[in-house]
Amino acid sequence: MKNPSLVAFQTLLIREFLRFVRIWMQTILPPVITTTLYFVIFGKLIGRQIGDMQGFSYMDYIVPGLILMSVITNAYANVVSSFYQAKYHHHIEEILVSPTPNFVIIAGYTAGGIARGLTVGLAVMAVAFLFSEVRFEHPWVALGIAVLTCILFSLGGLINAIYANSFDDISIIPNFVLTPLTYLGGVFYSVSILPPIWQKVSLFNPVLYMIDGFRFAMLGKSDIALATSFAIVLLFIAVLYGWCHVLLVRGTGLRS
Amino acid sequence: MPPALELVDVRKVYRTGLEALKGISLSVAAGDFYALLGPNGAGKSTTIGIITTLVTKTAGTVRVFGHDIDRETRTAKRCIGLVPQEFNFNVWEPVEEIVINQGGYYGLPRPVCKRRARALLEQLDLWDKRREPARELSGGMKRRLMIARALIHEPRLLILDEPTAGVDIEVRRSMWQFLTELNASGTTIILTTHYLEEAERLCRNIGIIDHGELIENTSMQALLNEINMETLILDLEHPVEHLPVIDGAALRHRDDLSLEADVFTGRVNDLFCGLQQAGIRVRSIRNKNNRLEELFMCLVNDDRQQRRERNETGAER
Repeated sequence: MKNPSLVAFQTLLIREFLRFVRIWMQTILPPVITTTLYFVIFGKLIGRQIGDMQGFSYMDYIVPGLILMSVITNAYANVVSSFYQAKYHHHIEEILVSPTPNFVIIAGYTAGGIARGLTVGLAVMAVAFLFSEVRFEHPWVALGIAVLTCILFSLGGLINAIYANSFDDISIIPNFVLTPLTYLGGVFYSVSILPPIWQKVSLFNPVLYMIDGFRFAMLGKSDIALATSFAIVLLFIAVLYGWCHVLLVRGTGLRS
Repeated sequence: MPPALELVDVRKVYRTGLEALKGISLSVAAGDFYALLGPNGAGKSTTIGIITTLVTKTAGTVRVFGHDIDRETRTAKRCIGLVPQEFNFNVWEPVEEIVINQGGYYGLPRPVCKRRARALLEQLDLWDKRREPARELSGGMKRRLMIARALIHEPRLLILDEPTAGVDIEVRRSMWQFLTELNASGTTIILTTHYLEEAERLCRNIGIIDHGELIENTSMQALLNEINMETLILDLEHPVEHLPVIDGAALRHRDDLSLEADVFTGRVNDLFCGLQQAGIRVRSIRNKNNRLEELFMCLVNDDRQQRRERNETGAER
């Protein structure tokens, strides 16, 4: 007999996976098209004018950042929209009345975020390989960074959804926090070209560490030590997990 | 055997300051079919929310088959199946998936869930709709889907919050049949409903909540025995001009061919003797109102009257 918590986790994961696959026109296709446009416009057209970045063609340089950017936004979007809709339509009660432990609820939704983040990431990577000849120098590092990034932003999406009281609330963070952090996290440039003061400010941006680590995995070159990138990401995961757990125990936004 | 449900001095004060429950204590025996009635806003749904942990109580103790919902939460939850008042499933998910997933949240392996889901959906006439998204179902089907979902883990206590609201009489009757059989097989059922006829037909015991307080908690029979008068409608074969005076009953005209008779409990025979002596022939007879409905209104109105009097006394002080 399987552990009931493991069964509940599998159920949540399967449900979340089927959810985003069922609506692939809204979840998988748009980020692939958007990223293709980035490759065409920034990589091919503007990139030619920019020249090399840290010894790589501009197209090759932006590939890791663009893949990870789609991973970040999709992991976050999957959890925030799925959980908030479950809250809004009250079917979150299906889980709340059941004996599913809180850590399984967090793990299940996070696993759904990982599944979508990696699915979209793989699709974007396939497109990237059509435009660029860059491949993975350290594939396991890439996988590790991608999975940890998915976990971190899935947890972020979960916190956002728990606090949200309207559909506006679940678009504020992605639009006003997530997108600026991602764009300023070195997707399109190396932080080393920034003035010293902005280099220091950039170090407070957690997205920088993920993109830099992923860039190391693909290009073999980075601005920040890999161990530092992993440590920072793990630290953020621990903090956000703790936050999620406290919210679920208290029933914030879920139990009246 | 411990009671299926035990509430001890359960209170709930919402953040807005609203005191929804003012210390409710009640016990529902294992195997019972219990009606929890009350006007809108009386505290029924809050009570159910607390039992199912969707609402956090302010004070008090809740035990389900002896398991404290605070200390043995997961064990207590396994004993409960909930059919809520509002539809609360993902309308985009197929019917069968909704039921199977619910079993998964209770830790049941998928093959077991599939087998049980099939049996439940067949019993509740939903098997043909199993692959359709839930949004395609009619109102009655959605209600039945929630019953199937609530039963997938074979709970010992089933709580139904207005399960027949908005469904046609045919579906309602088939649901009554289903619930009666389920109760006969040993499942304890707690039912809230606005259809008092439903409560009278199905339930053996009854609790009435008003303004967050339990104002009645007794057997259905004992409660109905409290009614000392009922109003009958008599359809006549011929018009009657002068009404006879009958001891224990008061007659009045409704129209040319029907009368209303207020009769004291146990004096129906006297009514018919009186009518026969007066040469009045009755074609058919029926109750003017549902008996429980009358009593319910009586109890709730009494409670409100007492509350008003208490408030007025308080104001005078």
